[in-house]
Amino acid sequence: MRKLIFKRLLDLGGVLLGVSILVFLMIRLIPGDAAQVMLGASGDVSEAQVQQLRVKLGLDDSLPVQYGHWVGAMAQGDFGVSIWTGKPVIEDIAQRIGVTVELTAVSLVLAVAFSIPAGALMAYFRGGVSDVVMRLVTITGVTMPAFWLGALLIFGWAAWFPNWQTLGSIPPFSDDPWAHVQRIFLPTLTCALPVIASLARIMRSAMIDALGQDYIRTARSKGLGEWTVTFKHALRNSLIPYVTALGIMAGYLFSGAIVVEQVFAIPGLGRLMLGAIADRNYPLIQTSILVVTCGFVLVNAVIDLLYRVIDKRAGVEA
Amino acid sequence: MRRLLRGVQGAGRDFARNPILMLALTLVLLQVLLSVFANVLAPYDPVAQAVEARMAPPDAQYLLGTDKLGRDVLSRIIFGYRSSLGIAFSAVFMALLVGGSMGIWAGYKGGWIDRVVMRFADVLFAFPIILLAIGVIAILGTNSASTVVAIGVVYAPIFARLMRAPTLVLRSADYVHAARSFGAGDLRIIVRHIMPNLMSVILVQASLSLSTAILLEASLSFLGIGAQPPAPSLGRMLSEGREYMFMAPWASIFSGLAILLASLGFNLLGDGLRDRLDPRLRGID
Repeated sequence: MRKLIFKRLLDLGGVLLGVSILVFLMIRLIPGDAAQVMLGASGDVSEAQVQQLRVKLGLDDSLPVQYGHWVGAMAQGDFGVSIWTGKPVIEDIAQRIGVTVELTAVSLVLAVAFSIPAGALMAYFRGGVSDVVMRLVTITGVTMPAFWLGALLIFGWAAWFPNWQTLGSIPPFSDDPWAHVQRIFLPTLTCALPVIASLARIMRSAMIDALGQDYIRTARSKGLGEWTVTFKHALRNSLIPYVTALGIMAGYLFSGAIVVEQVFAIPGLGRLMLGAIADRNYPLIQTSILVVTCGFVLVNAVIDLLYRVIDKRAGVEA
Repeated sequence: MRRLLRGVQGAGRDFARNPILMLALTLVLLQVLLSVFANVLAPYDPVAQAVEARMAPPDAQYLLGTDKLGRDVLSRIIFGYRSSLGIAFSAVFMALLVGGSMGIWAGYKGGWIDRVVMRFADVLFAFPIILLAIGVIAILGTNSASTVVAIGVVYAPIFARLMRAPTLVLRSADYVHAARSFGAGDLRIIVRHIMPNLMSVILVQASLSLSTAILLEASLSFLGIGAQPPAPSLGRMLSEGREYMFMAPWASIFSGLAILLASLGFNLLGDGLRDRLDPRLRGID
């Protein structure tokens, strides 16, 4: 087990290093002179200003030196400043990331809560007409554009609950819990529905896989009912592939949240990044990508490790 | 290759018996035809504005109504299909070409090449897809070509991983050893003896990837960082339509439905082909 943890940590370090190098190279991959491109959005700039930014970004050094400086600065909490306001980008990100993370996390909880029973039921009723129907419904759910679903929900909700405000920034939970829940409800639903469909399908296949195993035959031959066999024995063993898929789905959910924010006009990280693309505010884009991706890698690694510690069998397979 | 053909032929026979696959094929063919013959099939010019018919509801003249500027929604959807499918096809093809060959190369060579290629794929996998796409677009600018590259970068590691595993097994197959003992070079072995065995996996994954690539393209253009106006785009149509959703809901409802049907068609097709071509998975999912 210790050897496994060590190997995982080594992999983790490798991925984090790779992610940071790619994000670092982002500015350097911009065709042409990055400093020129960044300042170009503001119209007329003098050569002196371009040179000044170039020096500030350290673009005149060799790549490894630049990378070293960049990582060193981050280690001291300096993630760069907005090229327009001069404000540390990490402050902007910290201000906006909360609602995006909340949207992702709540949708994930919702998705898990619904997809496990849904997938298990689908496995229980496999074959036959209901299976075909459920398969069509889940595939439709998977291929449903989240922003369309969101727009339809806003549209439908307004007809049924005209007093329920659906757009704009969400009041903090501490100020007004009810308004907060009310406002986060539709966006969360929009994020979660396609992922529920996706995870339910994965759960269904995992269950059917598990139901074909020997221990299920043993359980059946003991005289246990199909219901017990399905929901007690098969379910627990289906969770290994399910949890593996969960990590990927969290990334999908986050991607969905960025889009859904736009649908509901929520000023979260998505809006911040889209604004930054329009302004060519590269330090902001760079840091957002780096912080969120590393966050995901770390959370995934912790879940993976915990799961392997709990379930010895999963550890062996690694 | 022959096995693949037989599989496809069998699939052809199955279509008649399998309503879902039938539906999938109909959807895909219809949409491909619409995009290819958009100029002929669209009833109106997709950018022509009929001032007298702004936000006209669906009727005999404008089957799906008109938008805020009096443009025919149906014609815009048909041209939107051309743009969306064109971008999705190019991106998946790029991913298959670059990612797939890297995967085959890694699996075939093994050793440090394999480790380097697959670690790189792991790194790309670590990014939430939208951030990877945003990063690429931030570098290359907002236009159709960078959307293709952005989506291609997202899918390349998927194809790399997918191609590597079977190649790893196949490279030590008896017939590969036999071919090598007859003096066949690496390229010949890969093209003649390994790739034919990967065809069914490629077909299935390409179809499923197209389904999600269409959604990703729509998301990017919805966010305003995909294909730029005046190029028609389903995602942007939906985004614009939301502004007057309560006055003319048809503009955004139908463009969203068009995205759904495109994605659904390829997903059902990939799913059906997987059942058909991979007997191991038949009846499982």
